[in-house]
Amino acid sequence: MAGRTLAIRQWPGAVAAAVVAVIVLGTLAAVALRAEAGRGISAADWAAFRFTISQASLSALISVCLAIPVARALARRRFWGRRVLITLLGAPFILPVIVAVMGLLSLFGRSGVLNVFLRWLGLPEVQIYGLHGVVLAHVFFNLPLATRLILQGWQDIPAERFRLAAQLGFAPRDIWRVLEWPMLKRVVPGAAAVIFAICLSSFAVALTLGGGPRATTVELAIYQAFRFDFDLGRAALLSCFQIVLVGSAALVALAFSGRDSFGAGLDRAVQRWDGARPLMRGLDAAWIFCATVFLVVPIGLVLIDGLPAVFDLPASVWRAAGVSLCVAIGSTVLMLCLALPIAVAAASGRGWLEAVGLLGIAASPLVIGTGLFIVVFPIIDPFLLAFPVTAVVNAIMALPFALRVLVPPVRDAVQGYGRLSASLGVTGWSWVRLVLIPRSRAGLGFACGLTAAMSMGDLGVVALFADPQSATLPLQMYRLMGAYKMEAAAGAAVLLLCLSFGLFWVFDKGGRGRVEA
Amino acid sequence: MLKLEAITLMQDWFELTADFEIKDGARVAVIGPSGAGKSTLLAALAGFLPLTSGKLMWNDTEISMAAPDARPIAMLFQDNNLFPHLSISQNVGLGLRSNLRLSSDEKQRVATALDRVGLGGFGSRKPAQLSGGQQSRAALARVMVQNRPLVLLDEPFAALGPALKAEMLDLVGELLQETGASLMMVSHDPQDALHVADQTVLVADGCASAPMPTVELLRNPPPSLKAYLG
Repeated sequence: MAGRTLAIRQWPGAVAAAVVAVIVLGTLAAVALRAEAGRGISAADWAAFRFTISQASLSALISVCLAIPVARALARRRFWGRRVLITLLGAPFILPVIVAVMGLLSLFGRSGVLNVFLRWLGLPEVQIYGLHGVVLAHVFFNLPLATRLILQGWQDIPAERFRLAAQLGFAPRDIWRVLEWPMLKRVVPGAAAVIFAICLSSFAVALTLGGGPRATTVELAIYQAFRFDFDLGRAALLSCFQIVLVGSAALVALAFSGRDSFGAGLDRAVQRWDGARPLMRGLDAAWIFCATVFLVVPIGLVLIDGLPAVFDLPASVWRAAGVSLCVAIGSTVLMLCLALPIAVAAASGRGWLEAVGLLGIAASPLVIGTGLFIVVFPIIDPFLLAFPVTAVVNAIMALPFALRVLVPPVRDAVQGYGRLSASLGVTGWSWVRLVLIPRSRAGLGFACGLTAAMSMGDLGVVALFADPQSATLPLQMYRLMGAYKMEAAAGAAVLLLCLSFGLFWVFDKGGRGRVEA
Repeated sequence: MLKLEAITLMQDWFELTADFEIKDGARVAVIGPSGAGKSTLLAALAGFLPLTSGKLMWNDTEISMAAPDARPIAMLFQDNNLFPHLSISQNVGLGLRSNLRLSSDEKQRVATALDRVGLGGFGSRKPAQLSGGQQSRAALARVMVQNRPLVLLDEPFAALGPALKAEMLDLVGELLQETGASLMMVSHDPQDALHVADQTVLVADGCASAPMPTVELLRNPPPSLKAYLG
């Protein structure tokens, strides 16, 4: 209603949204024009298609099934460290994939802890490469996400219902039937759909743990067509595949997901009167313990393996770390330039602009990369642009998350203080400086932290573009692993871990610094 | 003098007409049933709601389309009258300069205004560190430095207790006495109207009627007001 008169300019938001649309849809068009549809779809392409769907389905199914008992245990138990554990469940979001893969390898790999133990017992070894490795890594990343989403569902059941249930003498079975099962029916499909969509565009996991004709995702096939065969036509065709796949899954996930947050208030424990029997307490404890071990041990192993090597890293790793820092900062600045104007415009009544920002969810990094390559190839050597392109793609991929974080506080600033600002003539830059930035400071810090950390750990489009002499830190680490320089790789993993979480911490802290009122 | 010339305001299913003037130095209460459009009327005068038809004149200048800060008006809202992240001095200073780059002379004026409302020495605090009454005083200090000829109050003191509210209204009266500004004030409470405003605009049945003497209106209310007062 008051949008028109608030004197908050909306055209920067429109421009930013247009830039995002041009990058995402323009590269898409470039890819589509280049695709050689006439040549048909090969058996290998179909295999990649099938593998992508089956691994994503399995990953979603297993993550959600395991998450239900863990979330249930977390929802009804209060124990020392619960808050830390729930915070930790958010960590995989900014954990570099390649570091997690390294951790899983040192636990489940050929010379990993588990196989050493099995050999000692005289049992057959487990094999991590292939479908189960890919699914294992995806569960590692998405079990925490699923747990948070489902835990949110549990927390959303009003405490009064549990009080009423206790009053009526409900047995745990009754609580399950009357309260918990209806909630799960509502929450679980959404969580599964989100995880399915995320796993569809998995690249780094497939690159490191998959591969070969039977374990190649579409995203990985694009990379191989591009990098090994330099077959742009096939890469483009696969990209079209990928767009349809990820786009439709993202739409489904979005329809399911509603507008829930990043889990505000998850550390609140609802008082429960059921489940006090020792058996149930034991079961809950076991679930929490197993989930924690599964999530913490691989990273712990990386730290144990890598810490001694950190002080002895080759110069190439330090150089790559410098490159990655620049890419991460650049991508954060870009994200801000896009997200803030879009958030302002979305908050002052143009909600559909936020949807443009969400294009990043449906887009796949490798498709954007392929498209950009096709566009710039005739003009300039694309390999020179490896790092700027990586920063741009990372910013676009982080944009949906940044908007989710930024739009609520920006909306508060615009709607809560719009009239006051307008009546005092606080507009334009004064408004940005005196109202917008201070009012959304915590959100800004969090969004910047997310973006910087995600960009720091990203192993995606850079693999497409980088020449053998230059690399980001995750790519350099991948190359070290490929060359079986495991000690240096482990050292690089620790460095990468520190940089990712360090960047997040610095930005997030900066945002919270002087939070008042 | 503020002149409302055949003004119509429309919002969805809601319509309000007004055609009257507010004389310089007048103190006018705006009363009427909930949802009748008291706040809507003030929002339109302050420039937050476009007129559907009619003209808004200040003396001989039309201000129907002017931006809120370009009108001769200072307004206090029901809530959010202070930026919580800015200090009290900064909040008051915004009334002088919207970019907050204040000269030392202007800083002095801010301090004087804070002294005047009884908040001397509170300038460096944040609004959250003040009580509700003190926050209202700070907002009034800003209205003072804004020094606009018309002050609009959309029930900014509604959350205060009765005694505190009366105290604030007295303060408003004193400040207006000093600056000579006119006042339009939305109120739910006929006592407030009697307390501060000699004239009252009744908003009911889609119409904001011309100001009438408050005492007379309350002594002899028309049916719509009678139903509201009970």
